[in-house]
Amino acid sequence: MNCLLTTIILTPWFGALLLACNPRLSPRFSRALALGFSLTTLGLAAVAWAVFQPSASGYQLVEQHAWIAWLNVSYHLGLDGMSLSLVALTGLIAPTALLASWKIDRDPRLFGLLFLLLQGAALGVFLALDFFPWFLFWELSLVPAFFLIKLWGGPGASRAAYQFVVYTIGGSAFMLLGFAALFAKTGTFDFVALASLAKSGVLAAQLGQPVSIAIFVGVLLGLAVKVPLFPFHTWLPSAYSEAPTGASMFLTGIMSKMGVYGFFRILWPIFPEQLQAAAPVLTGLALAGVVLGAFAAMAQTDLKRMVAYSSINHVSYCLLALFVVAGAGIYTTHTEAAQAALSGALLQMVNHGLSAAALFFCVGILENRSGGRRGIHDFGGVRSSAPIFAGLCGVALFSSLGLPGLNGFVGEFLVFRGVFGLAPWAAFIGCLGLFATAYFLLTFWQRVFHGPQGPGVASFRDLSALEILTLVPTVVLMLVLGVWPQFLMSILNPLVTSWAARLP
Amino acid sequence: MTLTAQHLWLIPALPLLVAAVGAFSRHRGIALAAIFAMAGSFVLSCLALAGALQNPAAHAVFNFAWFDLGTGALRLGFLLDPLTALMCVMVTFVGTLIFTFSLGYMKEDKNFSRFFCFLSFFAAAMLGLLIANSLLLLFICWELVGLASYLLIGFWFHKPSAAAAAKKAFLTTRIGDLGLLLGLLWLSEAGGSLLFFDNGQGVLETATLAALSGQTLACCGLALSTAIGLLIFCGAVGKSGQFPLHVWLPDAMEGPTPVSALIHAATMVAAGVFLVARVYPLMSADAVLAAVPVHALTVVAFIGAITALMGALIACAQNDIKRVLAFSTVSQLGYMMLALGVGSWTAAIFHLLTHAFFKALLFLGAGSVIHAAHHEQDIRQLGGLRTRLKITFATFAVGMMALSGVPFLFSGFWSKEGILHAAHGWHVSHLPLYAALAAVVLTAFYMSRLVAETFFGKPRSHAADHAHENSAVMTVPLVVLAVCAVLLGFLGTPAYPWLQATLAGEAVHADFGHLLEGGGLMFLSIGLVGSGLGLGWRLYGKKLRQTAEAHDPLSTAAPSVMAALANRLGFDELYAATVGHLNDLLASLADKLDRYVIGGLVNFIGLVGLFSGSVNRQFDEDNLNGGFDAASDGIRGTGRVYSKTQTGEAHGYLRVIAVAFIVLVLVLSLSMGGAR
Repeated sequence: MNCLLTTIILTPWFGALLLACNPRLSPRFSRALALGFSLTTLGLAAVAWAVFQPSASGYQLVEQHAWIAWLNVSYHLGLDGMSLSLVALTGLIAPTALLASWKIDRDPRLFGLLFLLLQGAALGVFLALDFFPWFLFWELSLVPAFFLIKLWGGPGASRAAYQFVVYTIGGSAFMLLGFAALFAKTGTFDFVALASLAKSGVLAAQLGQPVSIAIFVGVLLGLAVKVPLFPFHTWLPSAYSEAPTGASMFLTGIMSKMGVYGFFRILWPIFPEQLQAAAPVLTGLALAGVVLGAFAAMAQTDLKRMVAYSSINHVSYCLLALFVVAGAGIYTTHTEAAQAALSGALLQMVNHGLSAAALFFCVGILENRSGGRRGIHDFGGVRSSAPIFAGLCGVALFSSLGLPGLNGFVGEFLVFRGVFGLAPWAAFIGCLGLFATAYFLLTFWQRVFHGPQGPGVASFRDLSALEILTLVPTVVLMLVLGVWPQFLMSILNPLVTSWAARLP
Repeated sequence: MTLTAQHLWLIPALPLLVAAVGAFSRHRGIALAAIFAMAGSFVLSCLALAGALQNPAAHAVFNFAWFDLGTGALRLGFLLDPLTALMCVMVTFVGTLIFTFSLGYMKEDKNFSRFFCFLSFFAAAMLGLLIANSLLLLFICWELVGLASYLLIGFWFHKPSAAAAAKKAFLTTRIGDLGLLLGLLWLSEAGGSLLFFDNGQGVLETATLAALSGQTLACCGLALSTAIGLLIFCGAVGKSGQFPLHVWLPDAMEGPTPVSALIHAATMVAAGVFLVARVYPLMSADAVLAAVPVHALTVVAFIGAITALMGALIACAQNDIKRVLAFSTVSQLGYMMLALGVGSWTAAIFHLLTHAFFKALLFLGAGSVIHAAHHEQDIRQLGGLRTRLKITFATFAVGMMALSGVPFLFSGFWSKEGILHAAHGWHVSHLPLYAALAAVVLTAFYMSRLVAETFFGKPRSHAADHAHENSAVMTVPLVVLAVCAVLLGFLGTPAYPWLQATLAGEAVHADFGHLLEGGGLMFLSIGLVGSGLGLGWRLYGKKLRQTAEAHDPLSTAAPSVMAALANRLGFDELYAATVGHLNDLLASLADKLDRYVIGGLVNFIGLVGLFSGSVNRQFDEDNLNGGFDAASDGIRGTGRVYSKTQTGEAHGYLRVIAVAFIVLVLVLSLSMGGAR
């Protein structure tokens, strides 16, 4: 069992290799092969979930092997509640996104290949505990994502793909520089070692004030672009909206979580003081993402761009929670509020992954049925022709707007509960985002599904069995997590408790 | 046999089950299942009431962990006391009747089973709201009834007006709900819990209340409990259609009429009143403090008084039978808030219960008229239905007299007297009392106008002329509700105030000496009812409307006033011009900020990178190759790069990255050298 995590990462890549080595595979078979290998993550995540011991502290299923001796790099993997939940999310979203791409006729083999590469890289990011392999996975995820957007995307895909890659690499470069400097001073790339150095105060002594600030800023930039944190988000609307549906689902569901994950795994443990010092500014930026993201979504007429902006709004809640907790830092006496905020952020990552991926899929269906149109005014009355679609899309919409009883509410409630306890003003401002989200999502729903039928809507087919199969698992999970959040909290809460206890 | 707090969840579980099945099946049998589920919930509610009556002063609770949170858990719970039990009995009883009525009303709708699925979902959420022992659970159900209301207002979603009304209702109430959410967060932070009753630790128990009212906010001098109470009250303002968030309720009439009866008259809109009554100890915790700028309940009283008067005024100028009743509901909910504000929450709940019956009766009566008259809702087009719809007319008349407060026999009289009596005894101000008294006249007036125009005279349209009484499935609920609209008042007369005493957990004594305790006030209000009815009859009954186009007597007398009232005092236009405008402005601002400012900045940085990259390139090529050709190549390359910014940006960036890598290598090698 000691190589479970490696297996999780490598299985999709093995699938990619198989696809690469068999250029003559029929489209049908290559689709099935890609889906099969993509699904392994879900199975293996279930195994990991079963052997995972929530109450045990530290990382589990750890694999550590020396790799590059002169750089002191080790191949270090490990799992905690946060990684586990994200691995499981990847296991669900990736096959869903592949199913959503089932009808792609243009070289499905290459599509599947790139997709499996992307999936493996994302899993690596969630599992690696040494900067060197972590960064490899981080950058490797860009290559397939770039080609997925560029080759299968919409008319503006080329420009969007370049912008996405360049922007992200631009950020990563600073992060790489930062870690290089960090290595130069400490001689290690290991997250766990660095975090314990930071905790004992050795790191601060070794680096000195100016260097540590420079490194912090570099790492922050790399992560902020990826999430994205306002104002580093301008690549996102075009990348998400030009990408093919399946890729948009994976980008928003999983890749935006890579950035948030990095904030929790790297930035906060290694640079707690710097994060605390920067927290007021960062909290402001996260709030700007919450409020302006929602209002910008309101101004969009392209549904895909609207959902893209709503993603900015939703992931900003995760960062808002982290920044507020980090900002309270060593002065916090509000352990309860900190616990609520952190739990909320972790839940929100999974919740947003589910609801945003489902929404992108729904917009993809509208696009597919209408011959490529996805303007908010292009439809109307879809609910009469496609009641099943309307129902499932409705659940995803209401999950996204945070309706109680669905998953979105639990995460957002806990984020707000925690933020209110630590920075009440931020919760008051954040409410604007809640209102605006409801406003544009209901506008989406009203214009597309209600009212008299728009042109061509009368012949709108309802979901096929395949499409129902694609959408139902996420929708069911929205309901389950909304009613029974304990399901996820059982693996997240011990972690959160230990984090909150770490705040002295 | 009684139902304990631990098993209260069974009450909402029955309709929830039907809703769940109805989500997957379009079988017409869903409707019967829904009716039986509601009847079953009614029986269970009666058992719960029997349990609660054994010890009315007790708050029986059952708390449980929802999920682990930190070292503890987030707990929810159920609460059984007379307030919960009586509300459950009312909701399930009225619900069963309205469900039955819907069998006839919705018979020909192609989404017949879906309608009952949504109704059952609503009932489940509403009952969950009533049994909650946690402000969080209450909030969850509160939002879910909002969803049900949204779905049902927009039930005929192909009508743009219905779709728009549904959205308006959801968003307007959400503004209030955000206040409630903030109040909830604050309460959780300051009170350490969201459970109402929890062995002394709950937020409605003495220890927490004392702590909350003991703190003063530095910014405005309010007690902490006042601030939290007012935020919670925001939720009630939204849900119960109180000024200034009342604008959604009249539009909600776009839904099928049974929905208006159940959700937008009898139950959901009263949830705001229930909420304030539920957290009454919190709302009134600041009453002991003298040196505060305002008490939470004072705000409640004035908002209620304004709403009561405004709703009644606007109702006088509406021509749609359902909108008259909708504004009447706004006005009556104002009465209830007023009662809460002046300190008598039991009077508020008494009026809530009686109102639920007679307003459901009036709405179902209106539904019967609309159904018989082929969906004609304009009272100017109706007329003469007294002889054509005999049962509907008779029961509607009972409802009208109950609402107007016709003395002694009708329930509305007793519950309204209770409120006026409480307002009279309020030591802060008598303004709310005067507003309420004015609304008494107006209520009697607009109801007599409504009845005269709808049922008397000659039919003024083909639809009205050919109206026939509806089937028993629709008229029997009317008759049952009419009986209740009379009898229910005797549960709370001053001589034997069983209801109020039970709610307050006190013993009750019959004392007929108190029957006329209102004294002068009671006779004054009886006089006012009489004058309102008389005025209405004089203007609309004596000289009956002859044609649909004929002028309204009041419009001729005061055209500008009536026009303003008919236009609902312009609130919709005001909000569109302010809030709506601000919303659009912020949206386009956020969009522009993104497109031009941040996007521009990014492009600028890209250009800078590009520039440095090309300079770097020129420099390299000049020096490394030294050749003129290479240099001109470089210049040409730069020109190309500038002309095709998209790929150019990429090259520029990649160059920055290359530089970064070089620096990295340098740093690394230097540091390794240093280490050795």
